[in-house]
Amino acid sequence: MTTETRSMLLNVGPSHPAMHGVIRMIVELEGERIKGADVEIGYLHRAFEKMCETVMYAQCFPYTDRLNYVSPLINNVGFALAVEKLLGIDIPERAKYIRVIMSEISRVTDHLTCVGATAMELGAMTVFLYMIKARELLWELVEEITGARLTISYVRIGGVKADLTEGFQERAAKKIAETRKVLIETDDLLTRNRIFFDRMKGTGNISAQDAIAYGITGPFLRSTGVAYDVRKANPYLVYDRLDFEVPTGTTGDNLDRYFVRMEEMEQSLRIIEQCFEQIPPGEIQAELSAHVIPAAEMVDKAKMGQTERLLEEQVDLDPTLQGGTKKYHKDINAPERKVVLPPKEETYSNIESLMNHFKLVMYGHGIKPPVGEVYFPVEGANGELGFYIVSDGTDLPCRVRVHPPCFPIMAALPKCLIGDMMADVIPTFGSVNMIAGELDR
Amino acid sequence: MSSLQMIQEQFPQEILSTHSFRGDDTVIIKPENLRVIAQFLKETPDLDFNFLMDVTAVDYLQAGKKPRFEVVYHFYSLKGNHRLRVKVPVEEKTPEVDTLSDFWPSANWYEREIWDMFGIKFKGHPNLKRILMYEEFKGHPLRKDYPFDKRQPLVGPE
Repeated sequence: MTTETRSMLLNVGPSHPAMHGVIRMIVELEGERIKGADVEIGYLHRAFEKMCETVMYAQCFPYTDRLNYVSPLINNVGFALAVEKLLGIDIPERAKYIRVIMSEISRVTDHLTCVGATAMELGAMTVFLYMIKARELLWELVEEITGARLTISYVRIGGVKADLTEGFQERAAKKIAETRKVLIETDDLLTRNRIFFDRMKGTGNISAQDAIAYGITGPFLRSTGVAYDVRKANPYLVYDRLDFEVPTGTTGDNLDRYFVRMEEMEQSLRIIEQCFEQIPPGEIQAELSAHVIPAAEMVDKAKMGQTERLLEEQVDLDPTLQGGTKKYHKDINAPERKVVLPPKEETYSNIESLMNHFKLVMYGHGIKPPVGEVYFPVEGANGELGFYIVSDGTDLPCRVRVHPPCFPIMAALPKCLIGDMMADVIPTFGSVNMIAGELDR
Repeated sequence: MSSLQMIQEQFPQEILSTHSFRGDDTVIIKPENLRVIAQFLKETPDLDFNFLMDVTAVDYLQAGKKPRFEVVYHFYSLKGNHRLRVKVPVEEKTPEVDTLSDFWPSANWYEREIWDMFGIKFKGHPNLKRILMYEEFKGHPLRKDYPFDKRQPLVGPE
């Protein structure tokens, strides 16, 4: 008697609890073994690139927040650096350090989410809660500086929106210490955990050659043993002055990716600490020696022409406008009138700055980079995040292209899955850390 | 010798122009020579562009540039740590370029995306279908003559 074997097609997603984000996988199964896989993406396409062509350069930042929504600050930084390269301007040292600090905090939150979610899907709910607790601590830091947790729109062309708050360094140090504790706890709970180890070890394999051929970067590539990190290969901002290591794996399986991410978090925390040591002063002191008046009163005075000695008054501004205050504006923003908005006090109190302000915010005026094109890569949490911007000399970008680090990984996903068991889809997909926002744009 | 010079020396006829705006080395080549040059970039030991980092396209309809489209390739070499941008002009009437997906598998999805967004076809691509949009979608949304607020008819099961 002969038995006939037929393979079975199984749909995973687009709406499935283990598919964080909307994505559809069509898996061809022979028994429980995966014979073939097809990945379908695009469920979260929001026309990022098209919308960027319809707004001015500075208005693209809110859109970039929504690319990789677990580490939005890195997207902001990447876009700003690309536009600054296009304009050919440099930013103050302090702003560079602030950008690095915020990027590294974001990288840690991203890895915490990825490792926590992967562990949860393998049954380790506790780890997920611990790691989300640590992420919460770090997001509180982000919230303190940017005023928002997720849609932060913090970075500006030529600088950043706001300086670090008073006492930020001490609070950050405390939270970094707590995050380290969580990382040790996670390590205790996962690394020698039989269930976790067995399900991660040897699944989702990819070789270094394949990873390179598919254009994969980031932790996924580093787990195969290739030490490519944009922060080392093409240092931007102040990464060349910081001491950190690029952890690599050996086999390119899920367990190696877990180790790489865990070590990268520690390295990122080290970077933040070094930045606090090196960051040039410009700290905000609460010394308001002059007379403090509400912003509305200042506007009224200026309207009535009472501008005499108006600039000497301290204005009581909304905290979300902090970066615009004159005192430390020069420390965190480039002295480029064609690019950077003037401090709010000046906008309110003299006509030149008011015109300057309007020249930057009105359609048809705005920031006008020279005709040309640039590509600027930064190290995102998932790999090389590149912005390719083409300018035609007008205030609207001709083309904004983002190179999303998830995209090549998702293209190579069938390669990782074939030969594994159906249950291995979950850890493999978890370690990809697919973020639909940046994948589908 | 920089990678830009090496390519210029090897392909004096095939290159239309070069520039290094803001330090990004760029070559603009004739479309029919794309595969020859790509192979040279990949296989020459001194160049060794093993990464095809990104492929995208630009529509120059409003800028009035001729030909209308450009397909843009970003190469990266891990060993030499250098980058190169290769641009291929594409005519509006026959929007077609050779595929590079057999040299670099990463090109597979990028080329599908360009087909989806710009309607540029890739000759020899193994699976050229839409990737971000659905099959019933009409038009190519990143073309400049596609209005950003255009509506598409609802599609669903019969």
